[in-house]
Amino acid sequence: MGWLDRLKTGLGRTTEKLSGGITELFRGRKLDRAALDELEELLITADMGVSTATRLTDALAKTKFDQEVSADEIRATLAGEIAAILEPVTKPLEIDTSHKPFVVLMCGVNGSGKTTTMGKMAKLYKEQGHAVMLAAGDTFRAAAIEQLQVWGERADCPVIAHDQGSDAASLAFDAMGQARDAGSDILMIDTAGRLQNKNNLMDELKKIIRVIKKQDETAPHAVLLVLDSTVGQNAHSQVEVFSDMVDVSGLIMTKLDGTAKGGVVVGLAEKFGLPVHAIGVGESVEDLRPFDAREFADSMMGLSS
Amino acid sequence: MFDGLSDRLGGIFDKLKKRGALSESDVESALREIRVALLEADVALPVVKDFIEGVKERALGEEVIRSVTPGQMVVSIVHEHLVEMLNGGPVETDASDVPILPTGSGLNLVGTPPVAILMVGLQGSGKTTTTGKIAARLTTRDKKKVLMASLDVYRPAAQQQLVVLGEQTNVRVLNPVMGEQPVAIAKRAMQTGRLEGFDVVLLDTAGRLHIDMELMGEVSAIRDVAKPVETLLVTDAMTGQDAVNVAREFNEKIGVTGIVLTRVDGDARGGAALSMRAVAGCPIKLMGTGENIDALDNFDAGRVAGSILGMGDVVGLVEKARDAVDEEEAGRLAKRMMKGQFSMDDMAAQLTQLRGLGDMNALMGMIPGINKAKKQMAEANVNDKMIAHQEAIIRSMTKKERKNPKLINGSRRKRIAAGSGTSVQEVNRLMKQFKQMSTMMKKMGKGGMKSMMSGMIGGGGMPPGMMPR
Repeated sequence: MGWLDRLKTGLGRTTEKLSGGITELFRGRKLDRAALDELEELLITADMGVSTATRLTDALAKTKFDQEVSADEIRATLAGEIAAILEPVTKPLEIDTSHKPFVVLMCGVNGSGKTTTMGKMAKLYKEQGHAVMLAAGDTFRAAAIEQLQVWGERADCPVIAHDQGSDAASLAFDAMGQARDAGSDILMIDTAGRLQNKNNLMDELKKIIRVIKKQDETAPHAVLLVLDSTVGQNAHSQVEVFSDMVDVSGLIMTKLDGTAKGGVVVGLAEKFGLPVHAIGVGESVEDLRPFDAREFADSMMGLSS
Repeated sequence: MFDGLSDRLGGIFDKLKKRGALSESDVESALREIRVALLEADVALPVVKDFIEGVKERALGEEVIRSVTPGQMVVSIVHEHLVEMLNGGPVETDASDVPILPTGSGLNLVGTPPVAILMVGLQGSGKTTTTGKIAARLTTRDKKKVLMASLDVYRPAAQQQLVVLGEQTNVRVLNPVMGEQPVAIAKRAMQTGRLEGFDVVLLDTAGRLHIDMELMGEVSAIRDVAKPVETLLVTDAMTGQDAVNVAREFNEKIGVTGIVLTRVDGDARGGAALSMRAVAGCPIKLMGTGENIDALDNFDAGRVAGSILGMGDVVGLVEKARDAVDEEEAGRLAKRMMKGQFSMDDMAAQLTQLRGLGDMNALMGMIPGINKAKKQMAEANVNDKMIAHQEAIIRSMTKKERKNPKLINGSRRKRIAAGSGTSVQEVNRLMKQFKQMSTMMKKMGKGGMKSMMSGMIGGGGMPPGMMPR
């Protein structure tokens, strides 16, 4: 199954509900206030959030209010609007080879999929011919280090690790030195999951960055926030606080397979404008894909492209 | 961030108050706000609709329309209704109208030992950590002999994670065997449980998507082998609108007996709890409240209802305060306050206690109706550093000055500023604050606790449902 199909099946439920709902809603009906309200509700069930949903329906009302519209028209217009919101944030992560190593720091709340995503990315970069080194910076969670080591074996990348419970910042410092000595192109540093309202843990993340800067003033060159697509409106708070604390440079949405909604991406793009580098649509390495606004918008609305 | 429901409703009803009576359309617009608040808290749409219907009847009643503070009245009705729904029924009260909270929400361990508990959920919801926490709780609190087994053969090092948790909690973990399949592991775990006389066997399964039929089939095969008395669906409090589907699918395919809500200590509003409770029809039994192995509590509907409505976490605040405040010291302080003998030393003691409570911002987030004050504080740059500065200022005063702050004239202020490394302006600010505090204390001495609370929160911030009855 191609990844596009996987995204489509992934967004399947959302699509089915959204697009089916729209078909249901606009069977020989005018776009009146009640229809707009119902449409807004449909969008909300895809985790778009109230304000984004309202904005989308308002945009629709501007041109089509009180007219006979077909469900296809609605779907196409909405997909267009969504794609327009998402296009500016569609940017793959560019590895700037003038930095050696190019340092990537992964962060996010617990269970968002940082370690798995990092393993997948390492394998992709390795296949593209980069020398990749991994640093097991999650020194808190039981067996997180072992988990990354397994990924290191799969991707054939060296993994720098300290003991569980040791200081993550000192591990990052060591890894910076070792990556430079080994002449690695890319150094990816994992961190422990942390809830964004725990200030002490957020300070710890800041410390990791301070320490990295001692080795290379320009590093980290990318700070990636990994977001679980099943998360609802709390994603806004995650992006806001992490950006505030550690200057997030881009987002990765995970678990977009299954019924994961992903509608929250639209709201996030609108509000923060942070690049969405990649999306995870399944368990295997190939399932980590670059983000594509048009495809995403179309599959969300059940349009084939 | 979002404003709490009380702030939202406050706005609507403030406008109305000037007109006197409430009309039905006023109530409608209030309901709309409630609807938006719930949706922003990630309560699933169908559940929101049901909920609004339920609240509407009660909110249209006479008592709201006649109330002086209709906004607060509605908030408390919504809060009550939420608690009811989260608990799965009306809260019973005893003769003196004190609510009797359901206490039996612990785990069901009835059956011939070893009884099995099956942990299921999406990837990254916190199953393994929760398994460790439940094992620790059953071992230390209920004196059970517990065996844990990891059936997660997919995620790298998942089995290792449970082994490490076992070491941390001193709970036996079934030895992982390379290549053994989940159903076989479940069989071996139950067999080991029987042979070695364990009371409880905890089966931690791999995270799976509720629409992944293959993996859902696997977990139902595990269920048939282990015949668990409890099948716990572990859910992240941050889950969005999809929560209803997750709960429905897991319940239909496997049969869920209880929900464990994780990451309740985050700043998610936790609307998923309501959706899941409504759809799965089984109780939320436990909630994870932190990263430590003992951070697992009985589900507290009031607390979650409060956070869904953005009313803050009063229970959590009280718990924190209880941990941080030295009771004797507090008692001594209270007495002195009542007498109006509030000195700089007392203020310093208070500041120290305040710092002991932890981070100011997190703390403020726990206080209901304080969003406005929080913004003002952010603007005024009130933070932990500032408290430290204030402590330094007080420490730079002589004993005499601390007892009798009236002594502190211009040149003394200069000296204090230099001694504490601050500025005269900061010393002045502290002096002013001290004056305000002692006035408030005197008021409290006369008017009791209530007037102080309203003084502190700036009037009317406290929804009635949250006041101690």
